[in-house]
Amino acid sequence: MLKESIKMALENIVSNKMRSFLTMLGIIIGVGSVIALITIVSGATSTVTDQVASMGANTVTIQVQGTPLKQGLTQGDVNKIAELSNIAGIAPTISGQTTVAFDGNTMDEITLQGKNDVYFENTEDVISSGRIINTIDTENKSRVALIGNDIANELYVGKNPIGQEIKIGGITYHVIGILQESDSFASADTNSSVIIPYTTAMGVVGAKYINSMTVYIADEALADTTTRQIEGVLTKAFNGDEDGYSIVNMQSILETIEEMTSILSMMLAGIASISLVVGGIGIMNMMLVSVTERTSEIGLRKALGAEPKQIQLQFLIESVVLCLIGGIIGFILGVSLAWVVANLIGTSFALTASTVLLAIGFSAAIGVVFGFMPARKASRLNPIDALRSI
Amino acid sequence: MPEKILEMQSLVKTYIMGEEEQVVLKGIDLDINRGDFLSVLGPSGSGKSTLMNIIGCLDVPTSGTYYLSGELIRDLPEVDLSHIRNREIGFIFQQFQLLPRLSAQKNVELPLIYAGVPEKERQARSAHILERVGLADKMNNRPNQLSGGQQQRVAIARALVTEPTILLADEPTGALDQQTGHQIMALFKELYQEGKTIVMITHDADVAKNGSRIVRIVDGNLSEGVYNA
Ligand SMILES: Nc1ncnc2c1ncn2[C@@H]1O[C@H](COP(=O)(O)OP(=O)(O)OP(=O)(O)O)[C@@H](O)[C@H]1O
Ligand SMILES: [Mg+2]
Repeated sequence: MLKESIKMALENIVSNKMRSFLTMLGIIIGVGSVIALITIVSGATSTVTDQVASMGANTVTIQVQGTPLKQGLTQGDVNKIAELSNIAGIAPTISGQTTVAFDGNTMDEITLQGKNDVYFENTEDVISSGRIINTIDTENKSRVALIGNDIANELYVGKNPIGQEIKIGGITYHVIGILQESDSFASADTNSSVIIPYTTAMGVVGAKYINSMTVYIADEALADTTTRQIEGVLTKAFNGDEDGYSIVNMQSILETIEEMTSILSMMLAGIASISLVVGGIGIMNMMLVSVTERTSEIGLRKALGAEPKQIQLQFLIESVVLCLIGGIIGFILGVSLAWVVANLIGTSFALTASTVLLAIGFSAAIGVVFGFMPARKASRLNPIDALRSI
Repeated sequence: MPEKILEMQSLVKTYIMGEEEQVVLKGIDLDINRGDFLSVLGPSGSGKSTLMNIIGCLDVPTSGTYYLSGELIRDLPEVDLSHIRNREIGFIFQQFQLLPRLSAQKNVELPLIYAGVPEKERQARSAHILERVGLADKMNNRPNQLSGGQQQRVAIARALVTEPTILLADEPTGALDQQTGHQIMALFKELYQEGKTIVMITHDADVAKNGSRIVRIVDGNLSEGVYNA
């Protein structure tokens, strides 16, 4: 019976090609736009979250503003944080301004950063040549430096700076590597920076405080607990003055982004689904016309023994099949559009099983909802009146 | 003892149109035995189709009793009426009433679909019955590829395929020319000889003579006619 109904529905749709297509158009546009929007937004979201995650989803960032009593964190504070559980590593940063010189040439307003091996182990593509600052450099407070591209080009014309000496703030260091050239999008301009071990900055240059640090967490699932423990250490260090520092958990930023984009995508899909309702009304209209046109067919079927329920099922199947065909076409168009858009704006494109199910489920539901009334009308026709109307 | 398969007593059908009440069937008593070929003869507007609709369980009487195969047909829900129509009645209409998109064989299969007969058996039974009415070579034709007489044969095959208690025909030759009409009547006679029970409605006395028994209906009243030995 079901098989027969589906076959008859297909025959009916095919025999009215033009009308079926025009009716399906609403569903095609509706499903197409909903699927395109959802796919585009979820692709863009995953691109953004990937970028954020590449900065380290398992990191807690601490910025120190300082208070009049305590202008920054000390090595002692760092050690206290290092003693907490679930800490994979700590990368403190000291920043300042300095001058650099080589062979009589001097450059002013150079950014000086003190970092450690943990930073380099967790960050990709910091240097373009040479070697990074390692554990031994950090422990020994070695006088080694990584220099920016501009410094390399200006101070070492025609020479390879690696292995050469450089005077930073009057103290001699060995150049061990050259920093990756920074493009205009980077948050910090590394082209006129030098990086030395932070221990060297504290022990040799005389920097007293750590200005910021990144704490790497071993188990992301416990990120919130660990963040709270770190906060406890910081509050104590600043004597309860919370203005002295700020602490940001990457995991929570990621969650916020995901929450925001899912609200956005739901809102957009909601707007697009208005066109689905319009499409559904089109389906209802066509089904009503079809019931009227086929009044005598319905009467005949009833005379031959069709139950009202079977007539209803037949028309319901017709409307569902119509919507499903429209939904599948709309799905293909929507996904293609999303693919084109993703390629144009350079976000990632991913098709999830839930999107496929959503498209199919939505179109079938529209077929049932908007086909119900016409189908019931057909099932309630009086067979005598129906047979007479030839 | 002939087996009584249909029994009507004081059957009345009234149509209410606004204020007016029109009594179309005015107390009809009718018995039909298995194997009868009954012609119901009457002028236009006399209530023939109304009677046929009640016999065919498409409509219910206003008052009176109607038993079909021993079952009282009254106050039955739509679902039960559709099962009775499917099982007991084989309709043959003046305008054939074939579905234009379906082949002859598919048209004949329709009542079997509603009877829940599996596809293989449907095909075998419809093919067999189409052969019986002389359309073995036209099974895959659509109605518009068949002559009027052939279309009515398909309709007869469709009525026969469920092996109903009664074949119910309303003006079966009304849309056919005289010669084709004769051929259809010849087929009806054969079916009668095979033992089928037939109720045929007509306004044509010559057509009515084909029956084994004639009743006349005039202005809603039924009277037994001459037997046609
Ligand atoms: N649904 C209805 N509502 C009101 N009156 C009806 C209805 N159906 C039939 N009638 C009336 O009942 C009377 C008998 O109609 P019916 O169709 O039974 O006649 P008939 O004998 O079949 O005529 P014909 O030979 O022209 O087909 C007519 O006067 C008709 O107007
Ligand atoms: Mg009539």
